[in-house]
Amino acid sequence: MFQRNFFPTLVFILCLFSANKSFSEDTIPKKPFNAGELILHHVQDAHSWHITGHTSVPLPMIVKTDKGIECFSSSVFWNKEHEPTEIYTSPSSGYDFFLNHEHLKVAKKENGEFVKGEEGYEEDEEATKAAKILDLSMTKNVFSLLFGALIMCWIFLSVAKMYKKRPGQGTKGLQSLIEPLIMFVRDDVAKPSIGKKSDKFLPFLLTVFFFIWINNLLGMIPFMPGGANLTGSVSITMVLALLTFVITMVNTNAHYWRHVFAMPGVPIGVLIILTPIEILGVFIKPFVLMVRLFANITAGHIIALAFFSLIFIFGEMSTGAAFGVSVVSVIFTVFMFFMELLVAFLQAYVFTLLSAMYFGGAVEEGHHAEAHHPETAAAH
Amino acid sequence: MNTFLLASDIPLVMPEFGLMIWMLITFVIVLLLLRRYAWKPILKMIKTRETSIEESLRGAEKARDEIKELYANNERIINEARVERDKLIKDSNDAKETIISEAKTKAKTEADRIVTSARETINNEKMAAITELKNQVAALSIEIAEKILKEHLSNDENQKALVNNYVKDINLN
Repeated sequence: MFQRNFFPTLVFILCLFSANKSFSEDTIPKKPFNAGELILHHVQDAHSWHITGHTSVPLPMIVKTDKGIECFSSSVFWNKEHEPTEIYTSPSSGYDFFLNHEHLKVAKKENGEFVKGEEGYEEDEEATKAAKILDLSMTKNVFSLLFGALIMCWIFLSVAKMYKKRPGQGTKGLQSLIEPLIMFVRDDVAKPSIGKKSDKFLPFLLTVFFFIWINNLLGMIPFMPGGANLTGSVSITMVLALLTFVITMVNTNAHYWRHVFAMPGVPIGVLIILTPIEILGVFIKPFVLMVRLFANITAGHIIALAFFSLIFIFGEMSTGAAFGVSVVSVIFTVFMFFMELLVAFLQAYVFTLLSAMYFGGAVEEGHHAEAHHPETAAAH
Repeated sequence: MNTFLLASDIPLVMPEFGLMIWMLITFVIVLLLLRRYAWKPILKMIKTRETSIEESLRGAEKARDEIKELYANNERIINEARVERDKLIKDSNDAKETIISEAKTKAKTEADRIVTSARETINNEKMAAITELKNQVAALSIEIAEKILKEHLSNDENQKALVNNYVKDINLN
């Protein structure tokens, strides 16, 4: 549950450091180091891809407002240092867009002047609401998502081709890496959890497993096109959990609902308490899936970033302390990098396993030990 | 309620609709694409290979059993042949002995018969010879006697003496 993109973090922090230096040289008042802001900025999505220093890659903005869809580059918001601080007046809709913590808003205008607060321009909440902004931009996470999808297609289509080319023979190359994982999902995740009907769910389980694992690993690559906190984004985990939920619901049988609404062999008095818990459990299960993956991956980021921030917190006291702390920070971060390698796999496994168990519960036929059901419901 | 208000204050835990749309579209496309072109063929191939390996193992087991059976059969046949051979040898030995003893007995009987008949013949011949001899001796004796008599009685004196003798004998009798 730890560190993901510590190299870009390092680079970014070093940039901040040099930026601070240049500010002090220009006798611009030094902004105090804000670890919380830095960490939050790094675990969230962005409309541009920071490379190094004051260099970022602009990403396309696709915005739907009440006046139609418009596309423009995110570089329209940049100042000289590639920071998204400027206002962009759209020529097609006439809205004065700006990015408030990477969220597209309409700027507030008073007496023909944009109102500027402590953290940049201020939002005109009424105008933003009236514009009905739907931000479908290709953000950093969207790019990472598409890149991951391409990698997945490339890996598995080429592996499938290898199977077709050498039917009935032993594995070779990439096949040897992928086949044990496929067998693992099939024999150790799907079959014990679902049983006879596991084949039907295998494509989804395999896709989810490799999607999470590959994107977790991509998040650990410290430079573009890796390094986005994709699987630590609640939007991504929510879609995954929703898909699990929808597939579970589509495949439920009478046995499942009987267990939810009237657990067999349970007295009515207990059912009054148990049934609401079971009904809640139906929704809590996918919710837990969503939160677990998101929280694990994001927590990893935050911890690693916190370790790096320590260097700069101490750096504000003295340079010597920063050097001292940096040794500890780097050691911890390297340790966490290896932990993250494990966690990347573990979280993919856990998500797949729990999805498989929910599917298994949905398609389960009677004649089964029923004693454990109330416990599982209560455990969630 | 308080919790939800807090949650909306932290942008980190707020899902972004745009990203969710992108994710849904991308994931579903990847899922369908991989299901059609990767998972199904791969899983099918793995299953086919597993079945063929299982069958091969079973075939090998069967072949081993067959070979074992074959060996056992061979052993049995060899043993049977050995027994047969022993039996044949024994039988032929027995037959040989029987034949020999039979032949011996037969020979002995024949020999005995021959000896007996020879003895009989010899006896008969002997008897015949003896009889012949006796007859010849008798004939010779008579002839000799005749000759002697003839000679003896050629003169009257002798004839007279003989008659006298006879007469004397008769008298004496």
